[in-house]
Amino acid sequence: MGRYFRRKLLIYGVTFFIAVTINFAIPRLMPGDPVARMLNRHSVSNSESAAALRTYFEDVFGFDVPLWQQYLNYWTALLQGDLGVSVFAFPSPVSSVVLDALPYTIGLLVPAILLSWIVGNGLGAMAARSKWLDNSVLPLGYLLTAVPYMWLAILLVWSGGVLLDWFPAARGYSLSMQPNLSWAFFVDLVHHWFLPFLSLFIVALGGWAIGMRNLVIYELESDYSNYLQALGAPRRLVRRYAFRNAMLPQISGLALQLGVVVGGALVTEVVFAYPGLGSLLLNAINNQDFFLLQGILLFIVIGVLLFNFLADVAFVLVDPRTRLGLEGGQS
Amino acid sequence: MALEVEDLRVHYRTLRGDVRALDGVSFGLADGEIMGLAGESGCGKTTLGKSLIRLDGRMRHVGGRAVLDGGELPIADDKAMNRRRYRDVSIIPQYSMSAMNPTRKIGKLTADLLRAKGESFRELRPELVRRLELVGLSEQVLDNYPIELSGGMKQRMVMVLSTLLDPSLLIADEVTSALDVSNQKAVAETLVRFRELGFVKSMVVVTHDLSLVYQIADSIMIMYAGRIVEKGPADTIINAPRHPYTRALIEALPEVGLEYGDRRLKSIPGKPPQLLNPPTGCRFRDRCELAHDRCIEDPPAVDLAPDHTASCWKVVD
Ligand SMILES: Nc1ncnc2c1ncn2[C@@H]1O[C@H](COP(=O)(O)OP(=O)(O)OP(=O)(O)O)[C@@H](O)[C@H]1O
Ligand code: SF4
Ligand SMILES: [Mg+2]
Repeated sequence: MGRYFRRKLLIYGVTFFIAVTINFAIPRLMPGDPVARMLNRHSVSNSESAAALRTYFEDVFGFDVPLWQQYLNYWTALLQGDLGVSVFAFPSPVSSVVLDALPYTIGLLVPAILLSWIVGNGLGAMAARSKWLDNSVLPLGYLLTAVPYMWLAILLVWSGGVLLDWFPAARGYSLSMQPNLSWAFFVDLVHHWFLPFLSLFIVALGGWAIGMRNLVIYELESDYSNYLQALGAPRRLVRRYAFRNAMLPQISGLALQLGVVVGGALVTEVVFAYPGLGSLLLNAINNQDFFLLQGILLFIVIGVLLFNFLADVAFVLVDPRTRLGLEGGQS
Repeated sequence: MALEVEDLRVHYRTLRGDVRALDGVSFGLADGEIMGLAGESGCGKTTLGKSLIRLDGRMRHVGGRAVLDGGELPIADDKAMNRRRYRDVSIIPQYSMSAMNPTRKIGKLTADLLRAKGESFRELRPELVRRLELVGLSEQVLDNYPIELSGGMKQRMVMVLSTLLDPSLLIADEVTSALDVSNQKAVAETLVRFRELGFVKSMVVVTHDLSLVYQIADSIMIMYAGRIVEKGPADTIINAPRHPYTRALIEALPEVGLEYGDRRLKSIPGKPPQLLNPPTGCRFRDRCELAHDRCIEDPPAVDLAPDHTASCWKVVD
């Protein structure tokens, strides 16, 4: 098993290395002078700070040293957590801009994914054993997975935010507020959080429910279920086994889903004008803010790799079949 | 009589209509009898076995009944059958290799099953271990997952598990098909041991392998297209079969008990009829060399000896 994880770690390590290298190469491969373009494009009106920025960029890009030196410098800076300075949010460092946005994205996606996973699996498992529920859960589930997310999100903004006016239709918190640790701010935060959360929850729900239903039905028709029933085991035991076995692929599926958390909510954040990595990414692109873009991509890559690795671990640890297969059979 | 089956009819419901997989099956099984059940693929052997323990969702009990140890076996009543399953009737399924939950340790699985049946695992454990040793498995397998066992070990584990509550009737469906020759022999002998030790009273051993079942069975029953064509003592069926289908089947065998001689194996020409709309009269008619006019009618079951019956018009004469 150790060999398996070492190999996986190596693969993820190499992937990370390549991703960082590509990240390094992109601005340098762009035609023209990226520094000048960044400065021109973005209105750094204050000429003093423009000059400061220019020296800074020249310095960071280090065009005067050979490419391999630039590359090494890039890694050194990266490992020290130095991702450069954002142009668009000058003079904040990229890392702090990204870290400011990250909690919004995570706070939105993690609850949405976890709750839709729990509720979806519950619904799916119940649908697998009740004709009546199945007849309602299944079509509804397919409907939800078929609905284009954009459309659903806009519908929610319009109905919940505009028509009923129960929830704010945009932003992470009210314009009139400053982020602080008060109860009032927290309530405001949750109020703004609800609609985008709901949209993500709803679209993910149907997929989990249908997946779980199919898995449970498959397990209920498997040989071991038939054998138990032939020996007169009560439905309860048969269902318990089926449910537990059906959960196994769902657990690694969950870990995989969490992997896309970091980069996954672009559309949501745009539709709901919600602050987060998605909005930030859009801003970085619009402003040709290469450092910021690089920083965000790096976070996304790390997030995906990390959770993919977790999914691998879950997949192996949770299921004795794969676990024993890797340990090498005994007896 | 341990088991008596009368005119049993079980159909599979399909979109195209009912598949008459058992179409009037009658036979008896004496106390302690091991009966081999043979016939070409698709003739209804598994269906018969399943009918005696659990009809699956697509199966429908259309008629007939079964009596076990003097009491009615409520075939069509799933709830009532549940109390009889495992204790009175048990099965070693055709799919023994995958019969155990792959994600549960075998000991835990056994405990779950016994507890669910209202038995105490703690009390039964010594007996379980004794029986495992009897079939050459160590107590250690209880701590293993099914995939850690070889095919032969899995087969023996399921055999022990299925018979742990000493059922009166055991259905063993193709217990040797998935195994190599030496394991086949061992498993077949184990079945006999189980009867001798009183773990099971009587047995229906479904098989394709007539020469193997000949070595362990007291009697052999031959099915064809959802019906029984002949039943008799194993010796008689193998050495002096009377029904034309049985004869063809035996002739298709390499000589029982002998080495594969020079004789080419004859396969029976033609195919069995499909059971969606089976033909009237004798179902073997299309392939029978002796078929004649009367065979358009259903042949009666004729008693040739007290324990030997065959259903064929030629036998009547
Ligand atoms: N689920 C099902 N739906 C419809 N027809 C079925 C189903 N299962 C079996 N049958 C039909 O019932 C008949 C008897 O099948 P059965 O499985 O009892 O045969 P068998 O004698 O056990 O064959 P084998 O030797 O291949 O195991 C076959 O003609 C088969 O096509
Ligand atoms: S009844 Fe007729 S067709 Fe059927 S087996 Fe006998 S002789 Fe052949
Ligand atoms: Mg079969």
